[in-house]
Amino acid sequence: MAETQGGRSLVVDAVTHRYPSGALAVENINLDIKGGEIIALLGPSGCGKTTLLRIIAGFIAQTQGRIIIGDDIVDTLPPNRRAVGIVFQNYALFPHLSISENVAYGLAARGVDKAARQREAQRLLELVQLPAMGERLPRQLSGGQQQRVALARALAIKPSILLLDEPFAALDKNLRLDMQIEVKRLQRVSGITTLIVTHDQEEALSMADRVAVLSHGKLEQFGTPSDVYDRPQTLFVNTFVGSTNRMPGVVVSADRTAAKVRLDAGAEIIARPAGGALSEGGRVTVCIRPEHLQFVGDETGFAGVVGMSLPLGATVVHEVTTADGSGVKVSQARIGETRALENGAAVRLAPLAPSLANAFPATL
Amino acid sequence: MGAAPASRDVTSYGMGLAAPLALFFLLFFVAPLLQLFWLSLHNDTAGLHWGLGQYLHFLTDPFSLGVLGSTLLLGAEVTALCLVLGFPIAWLYQRVGPKLQTIIILIVLLPLLTSVVVRTFAWIVILGRQGIINATLQSLGIIDTPLKLLYTQFGVVIALAQVQMPLMTLPLITALGRIDANLDDASCSLGAGSWRTFFRIVLPLSLPGVIAGCTLTYAAAITAFITQSLVGGGQMLFMPMYLYQQASTLQNWPFAAAISIIFLLAVLAVVSVFTTLGRLSRGYGGA
Repeated sequence: MAETQGGRSLVVDAVTHRYPSGALAVENINLDIKGGEIIALLGPSGCGKTTLLRIIAGFIAQTQGRIIIGDDIVDTLPPNRRAVGIVFQNYALFPHLSISENVAYGLAARGVDKAARQREAQRLLELVQLPAMGERLPRQLSGGQQQRVALARALAIKPSILLLDEPFAALDKNLRLDMQIEVKRLQRVSGITTLIVTHDQEEALSMADRVAVLSHGKLEQFGTPSDVYDRPQTLFVNTFVGSTNRMPGVVVSADRTAAKVRLDAGAEIIARPAGGALSEGGRVTVCIRPEHLQFVGDETGFAGVVGMSLPLGATVVHEVTTADGSGVKVSQARIGETRALENGAAVRLAPLAPSLANAFPATL
Repeated sequence: MGAAPASRDVTSYGMGLAAPLALFFLLFFVAPLLQLFWLSLHNDTAGLHWGLGQYLHFLTDPFSLGVLGSTLLLGAEVTALCLVLGFPIAWLYQRVGPKLQTIIILIVLLPLLTSVVVRTFAWIVILGRQGIINATLQSLGIIDTPLKLLYTQFGVVIALAQVQMPLMTLPLITALGRIDANLDDASCSLGAGSWRTFFRIVLPLSLPGVIAGCTLTYAAAITAFITQSLVGGGQMLFMPMYLYQQASTLQNWPFAAAISIIFLLAVLAVVSVFTTLGRLSRGYGGA
């Protein structure tokens, strides 16, 4: 068995998987993950993220490509010899075994003697802050506690990679935040390379060092949370991560770093060509996040009519209808006494900066 | 009581709904059973002397005790064989696609769709001196003289196992279906091989189904009059046939009644052992 240790690297090398029916589950995925990183696999359901997780764990043999953990190509190893720890979405605790037997299960499989196993299980239960629960059965624990046990059980085998499949989906909002902090703390302590599969973008952005965004089995972007949020490379990433206004327009002139776009809403703005080179005269979709739009007093921006203002606490969101009839959302930080906008008030809007408006070639 | 007559507990139902069935059981099950018991307390066939003579006779007669013992042993053998053969089928059922599942369930249920008499005669054709097995083995030159398969304990166990197989397989399929598939994966990812996963996870969690299947198979196997007598023939005597001979041929009704009561108690004892095991394993149920 491979020597297990925290912080081994994980390389997903050109992995493609085809279902027996012929449909592609994941296509040519490349991920180069450094030891000790937390990576989020983010995407809507059915995007192939769980398939990729199961390929890394060894439950599915990929059609093409390689999985490399540390220096070892693990493709021929069955799941029980990969030293990959998994926390399942429903925790998958063994219902007939006590909590400490659950945690010690992997150690028993490795032939660790009973006394050492119990000591280690107790140490891990203390690590996840459940020292007094060892004798109970899983169903006597709350959801959050069960998750801690599942985490302790996965960590007990000192895995080289830790995989978490939608780990927080079943928890209520407050508990979720606690557990996210807890997982991040445990990951820091152990230094284990960690992969979190999630469809929750906030979770991905807040927990991961880098985020891999998947859609329809393809890797859309792999970068830091701020890369993914501020410099999306595809229209999908821009719209899936965070909220955005999609404004159609035509390219007036463009070079590699900037494009002048005539919006259908009636203004010329400078945007960043985000998805590669743009051709003059081509149709584009410009994405501007609500917080990156501002009200302007002069004639620079495009005109609109305020429909509704929603005070959401720290921010106020205004819905504005533009000249071409489409709606955009504008989010304003509430600084001091923000002036309320009348329903029907005529305003002009412009992006805060050219780099905050992303232009993508329009798809039909 | 009485203070709030309007607040009727909507979760409890009137026992009156069960009355027809209760009456039916009382008339056709409890009453004959009491009559049987009353009959067994007569020391002579004429019904003149009361006493426990029939029971004493059975319990001190080596022949009768032998028949009881071999019947209980037969049940154990059939149950064990059904469990060993049925578990893999049930396990397979949970791991194949829906098309194969339909085929498996059809194969499992098929024995129930044909008459026991027909199936038993089929076994006679298979196991007989000139039967399929002997003919095949002889034509292949493996044996010179036909094997004695029919009218042996072996033959009865095989035939009964086939006849009772659905009673084992169906509860097992249900029990295995209730086990979360992720538990398999979890066990595997923690480093356990298939055997450890089976003995530590799958088998303990399927125990309720194993016990239900064993109880049903056992009870059905030891009382299977037709298969026991046809495949066992005259040389193999089991409790149902013994009872039949005493009642019908020898007209010894009090002794037959005592045999029935003893047999009933023996079966109840075995079933209650299974049930106790089931209760002990109930802790595993709620996943």
